[in-house]
Amino acid sequence: MNTLLPTDEAGVVAAITAAHAAREPLAIEGRGTKRAMLRPVQAARSLSTRLLTGITLYKPSELVISARAGTPIAEIEAALAEKGQQIIAEPPDFRALFGATEGPSLGGITASNLSGPRRITWGAMRDHVLGIRAVRGDGEVFRSGGRVLKNVTGLDLCKLLCGSHGTLGVLTEITFKVLPQPEESATLAVDVADIAAGIRVLSAGLGSPYGVSGAAILLQGSAITALLRLEDFTESVAYRMARLREDLAPLGAARQLDAEQGLATWRAVRDATALGAMPDEAVWRLSLPPSAAPSACAALAGFRLMLDWGGGLIWVAGPATEAAHATVMAAAQAGSFTLFRAPDGLRSAVPVVPAEPAPLAAIAARVKAVMDPEGILNPGRIRL
Amino acid sequence: MIRLPDPKADVMARRPEIIAGLAALLPADGLITETIRMKPYETDGLPSYRQMPLAVALPRTTEEVAAVLRFCHQNGVRVIPRGAGTSLSGGALPLADAVVVGLMRMNAILEVDYADRLAVVQAGVTNIGITNAVSADGFFYAPDPSSQLACMIGGNVMMNSGGAHCLKYGVTANNLLGLKFVTIEGEVIDIGGRHLDAAGYDWLGLITGSEGQLGMVTEVTVRILRGPEGARAMLAAFDSIPVAGQAVDAIIGSGIIPVALEFMDRPCIHACEAFAHAGYPLDAEAMLIIEVEGSVAEQDALLDRIRAICAQFNPISMKVAESPEQSLAIWKGRKGAFGAVGRISPDYLCMDGTIPTGELPHVLGRITELSDKHGLKVANVFHAGDGNLHPLIMFDANDPDSFARAEKLGAEILLLCVEVGGCLTGEHGVGIEKRDLMTAQFTPGELNLQRAIKTAFDADWLLNPAKVFPLEGNPAFA
Ligand SMILES: Cc1cc2nc3c(=O)[nH]c(=O)nc-3n(C[C@H](O)[C@H](O)[C@H](O)COP(=O)(O)OP(=O)(O)OC[C@H]3O[C@@H](n4cnc5c(N)ncnc54)[C@H](O)[C@@H]3O)c2cc1C
Ligand SMILES: Cc1cc2nc3c(=O)[nH]c(=O)nc-3n(C[C@H](O)[C@H](O)[C@H](O)COP(=O)(O)OP(=O)(O)OC[C@H]3O[C@@H](n4cnc5c(N)ncnc54)[C@H](O)[C@@H]3O)c2cc1C
Repeated sequence: MNTLLPTDEAGVVAAITAAHAAREPLAIEGRGTKRAMLRPVQAARSLSTRLLTGITLYKPSELVISARAGTPIAEIEAALAEKGQQIIAEPPDFRALFGATEGPSLGGITASNLSGPRRITWGAMRDHVLGIRAVRGDGEVFRSGGRVLKNVTGLDLCKLLCGSHGTLGVLTEITFKVLPQPEESATLAVDVADIAAGIRVLSAGLGSPYGVSGAAILLQGSAITALLRLEDFTESVAYRMARLREDLAPLGAARQLDAEQGLATWRAVRDATALGAMPDEAVWRLSLPPSAAPSACAALAGFRLMLDWGGGLIWVAGPATEAAHATVMAAAQAGSFTLFRAPDGLRSAVPVVPAEPAPLAAIAARVKAVMDPEGILNPGRIRL
Repeated sequence: MIRLPDPKADVMARRPEIIAGLAALLPADGLITETIRMKPYETDGLPSYRQMPLAVALPRTTEEVAAVLRFCHQNGVRVIPRGAGTSLSGGALPLADAVVVGLMRMNAILEVDYADRLAVVQAGVTNIGITNAVSADGFFYAPDPSSQLACMIGGNVMMNSGGAHCLKYGVTANNLLGLKFVTIEGEVIDIGGRHLDAAGYDWLGLITGSEGQLGMVTEVTVRILRGPEGARAMLAAFDSIPVAGQAVDAIIGSGIIPVALEFMDRPCIHACEAFAHAGYPLDAEAMLIIEVEGSVAEQDALLDRIRAICAQFNPISMKVAESPEQSLAIWKGRKGAFGAVGRISPDYLCMDGTIPTGELPHVLGRITELSDKHGLKVANVFHAGDGNLHPLIMFDANDPDSFARAEKLGAEILLLCVEVGGCLTGEHGVGIEKRDLMTAQFTPGELNLQRAIKTAFDADWLLNPAKVFPLEGNPAFA
């Protein structure tokens, strides 16, 4: 595919203005070789923000950082680590899942609203975005939000753009809140008999006063392990871990992972490698109330499963067929699903996210027409 | 004075039939039309502005809300959604040709679910009402605006309200899962649900903080959290504002995020002390209230760290609460700050800008200059961790000139916030108060974009018009 590679915002404006005038659809990309995502976009050319890079503002004592959309997440994390800080939402790196060679960009992570295990307690990427600069589908630049931590001035278009997958505007710069890295992190693993028992462990952990910041369930063969993470000052983690073990003792045999093992485990959860999806399998991501997870998982017997966010996020891998997709959709009744990875054929044939009720779909169409009057940005990416 | 638009003559002329139409949709006690009984609805938390509405509808169900909105849509009648009416920006101020739709009767807690850590409540439940419903089990609803005894969750959603503890727990938007949303056409839509981050556009995020511009909310699904084992506050007082600002930077730079970090200047300390007798140091130029959470041992450890940091900045005094009672005493002054200022001045305007925290000394210096220029006293209280500034401008409402100067001073302070890289409002919303300042923060193109999004929800601009967007360029008043 022919890719437009502007090096600054003016270049993005020029490319989109021309495409708008010509009514030429564009596939919007960050650093991705990520076309196996949601629905295939019908576009002869793509526009990538990968050359819009660099951190433009970083004030550690104000907990604020800004960077251009194409900046690699790794570069931002390195700059933050130098000051003992981190991206709160723990953005995943899906290279292994997608066989990509490059890590994610800030724009891609924001446009997909992707967050890791810490989301359950500390919020999603969309919760920390403070301000954006973006280019609409008619080439006009707009800003929303700003660079301060609290801001309710005008409609919150930051949240509208987060998770819009490049269909409402092309992000050129993003400002977001960061937090100090915890001094210490520790992980408790509890062996459980089934997923319902695992959810009980996670709920007990998340319902405790100890500030659990990761709550996942791994399934390996017949072994089911519930994982709880604590992150805080060293003395707090020691104290809280002891209390948590005491509280959870009736729910199963618990052991603390060593530091390295803990780190690797949460990375595997974050990046969904612990799901163990085979190369030819489709991958889905379901978001449900945790109490609905046991029955959803029961309906997905035979699929590979991994649970995060207290059991509310279920990763699923299985056959890349319409029948399998129908089974997953049915299991997600109580919440939402995304067909995360699949061959083009399947992605074009099925809804990749749940349908919206008609009145909302009508509003969505009008909002899309405002943001992208000719429908040139990632047409068909999310819904038909 | 901020201008209110002229009422639509045809709507005013049709008042009897509009009232009859609404009466048919609501139970007998659900519609108020007598002037005397509409009095409580003529203003909100910005009482300098008052306007009697056409009528007040008080529905009890989502179906009644939908029926009222559908009727208003069909008849071209403007609608002012209302919760408790505590908006400080005039967000709930009526218009003469509009029907106020108040949800205070929708005040039921529908469900509490500890397994999924959520509560489903009607929009008219008060903020504190949610916490009260779950506190016996050790849970709470995190955003805690100072108005939490009165303000309602529907109003909180529409203002995206914050509170003293949002440095750690986030604002309303960060604590929601779902909404029951009613469009101006009367369609009822479930937004989000009981799960996190639904796929597709983030309607929940767009609607939160939209100040009643996009539709009405009748039910809210909020996240509830398990409370910490305990919490304790300390005071640290300094003889200069810049030094107190440096202490704030040093605390955050050390990796500690206190659950609350509040800042008061000298006039505010004096007003609060006179009211609360909290033992605030009267010789200080600036005072910090810092709160930490955890077990008693954890509190001690964190407070020791914070005390050691503050000690590097030559504090005039430091006082660590030794008990929950002493913590409450420390907070009593802060939580009563608005009331305390109300005691020393007949009237005050509460401003609400946000600034980058590093700009604090500069901004407070400029506010002092502006306050001298306009001859009005200002007390400053500030969420120091997140830069949300609340200058309280004291004036006398019986003196029109004093009020005019207060409004002018307020506008200049907010423009200063924007000038240093901040924004017009951190948590109180734009309402009518900051409507005409929006052009300082947004370009005409950006404002038109926001207007167009509103139009996508409310094509005829019937929902809470004359708020948020300057009247010029506003389709409702073209
Ligand atoms: C449903 C779904 C499916 C996914 N499928 C894949 C996949 O097939 N392969 C893969 O490697 N990763 C996939 N991911 C993961 C995700 O793309 C990456 O982790 C991360 O977003 C990659 O960053 P990137 O810069 O490489 O973005 P890209 O993968 O290039 O883009 C990710 C999304 O964000 C949009 N986007 C990127 N930059 C901008 C911008 N500046 N402004 C506006 N929109 C922008 C793109 O249009 C795309 O929709 C998927 C994520 C989701 C939510
Ligand atoms: C003493 C005092 C202290 C305060 N402290 C804080 C504070 O610490 N933090 C803070 O953020 N705010 C604070 N506020 C401001 C105010 O309390 C908040 O904005 C609050 O959220 C308003 O809630 P309400 O129920 O009173 O809403 P209202 O004032 O009735 O309405 C607020 C806005 O929301 C709209 N609205 C209300 N309900 C609905 C609904 N169901 N559907 C659609 N639109 C609706 C109204 O049209 C209006 O625009 C304070 C106010 C006072 C008076």
